[in-house]
Amino acid sequence: MRTVRHHHVDLAIHELRAGTGRPLLTLHALGASTPPVEPAWTVLWPGPVLGLDFTGHGASTVPAGGGYSAELLMGDVDTALADLGPCTILGHGLGAYVALLIAGARPRLVRGAILADGAGLSGGVPGPSSSLVVESLPHQGIAPDPWARFELNRDPRPADYAISYVRQAVILSGLASPIAVCARWRPGWLGAVAEDPAVLDVTLAEGLAAFAAVE
Amino acid sequence: MTFPGARPPDRSQRVDINGVGIATYEWGAVDAPIIFCVHGGFDFARTYDVFAPLLADAGWRVISWDQRGHGDSDQVALHSWDSDVRDAACVVDHFTDRPSIVVGHSKGGALMLQLAEAQPHRFSIMINFDGVPSRWRMPDVADHERTRLFATEIETWLDHRRSLIGKQRKPGTIEDLARRRGRMNPRLSKEWLEYLVTVGARESADGWRWKIDSSMRFGGFGPWRPEWAQLRLASLTIPFLGILATELEEMGWGTNAEALVPFLPPLGRVIELADTGHFIHIERPQLVASMVLDFIAEHS
Repeated sequence: MRTVRHHHVDLAIHELRAGTGRPLLTLHALGASTPPVEPAWTVLWPGPVLGLDFTGHGASTVPAGGGYSAELLMGDVDTALADLGPCTILGHGLGAYVALLIAGARPRLVRGAILADGAGLSGGVPGPSSSLVVESLPHQGIAPDPWARFELNRDPRPADYAISYVRQAVILSGLASPIAVCARWRPGWLGAVAEDPAVLDVTLAEGLAAFAAVE
Repeated sequence: MTFPGARPPDRSQRVDINGVGIATYEWGAVDAPIIFCVHGGFDFARTYDVFAPLLADAGWRVISWDQRGHGDSDQVALHSWDSDVRDAACVVDHFTDRPSIVVGHSKGGALMLQLAEAQPHRFSIMINFDGVPSRWRMPDVADHERTRLFATEIETWLDHRRSLIGKQRKPGTIEDLARRRGRMNPRLSKEWLEYLVTVGARESADGWRWKIDSSMRFGGFGPWRPEWAQLRLASLTIPFLGILATELEEMGWGTNAEALVPFLPPLGRVIELADTGHFIHIERPQLVASMVLDFIAEHS
């Protein structure tokens, strides 16, 4: 494991499988962390396979007082990309949403993003809703941070906001299809993403094969 | 350094909120009824140093606080709109469990709209200074150009995040910092801005630096839409007074009365102040204080 620094947070990057060539960077689901052992599907990727623990998760720093957003986790991934260089990204659940954001935000560094099932895939309702303000939560300071689990389980994810990242990835990455959806459960934002003509609707194996073949 | 009418707080204390130290300030008698004053983005509690004493001298206990990452409150790893709302609920809770009056400027006003919607029992009257967002201030361009602009904005933000390790605010003299702030506060006097440096910046060997977290930067992006504040406005059940700027500034939303009237609650009122910029209570403290006190008297 090694760490990279994002503002006040030390982020853990785990090596799931050694190798050469462009890494596959995996992003875990909400409340989860990089698995301790190499998942079976990693054999489908020809290069190294790495896992990033988001802020407040796994072996990364658990900051005080919450304040999470998917955009800040996108900053976590960008910090990892600054260290690793171009990667293909596989995100599960919340990690799938963050994978979409970083694919649009750093289209030249993300050589394909695969969006897979997992906890935190849905987020909150897509539009304005009645607010819920909770003053305190138990087990603060311990990963997975309860503030992360609370705040990232209910953040609004309008479909047009998600689509704006697809458009950026398509226009600026140089890849014909920079996003692949293999999640079976598709909340509103992900359904809209999957319907975009430039997005691949595939199995995990097909997505990995497609992005292993791109420059 | 002094400024005409400015008065330091009578008391201050630090409140621990979920491990984040929040600096709070009070003007007025400790047993007087409470008015909370909430600052806007890039500001801090002591921007109320002229306005708060005007309310305190009218018999109120005025309480303000530095939001996380601002002023003397802790600098933190994470900032979000919802965490600012939560911190506010905890600060209010620390001082009282009774419904209170709240005044919010700019972002502080919008935060309080959300808190009042979530926890209507906390407030009895709400006053909002140019703090109801109504629309994005985006250039009118074609979709593909908008995509590129949005991409550039996000990439710039990520580049900024990458640059934060060991980063500090740029040092300078009192005059330097006041001049820099003047770009965001173009209608405020040099004397006021220099006074703000002495209460909102910290002096070290190489000069003064604003206390605000170095991760903070102007602008932003995200799924949130300005119009959502109008939904919260419409849900209010308490008397609401909105005082709007009419001179558009970098820090303002450009919201006018026409945008708000359809969403006003039954006891709501909105007033546009002629020839007044975004920092309404700083530009016209006496007039605005009298408007606030009159509204409170009318609805108490």
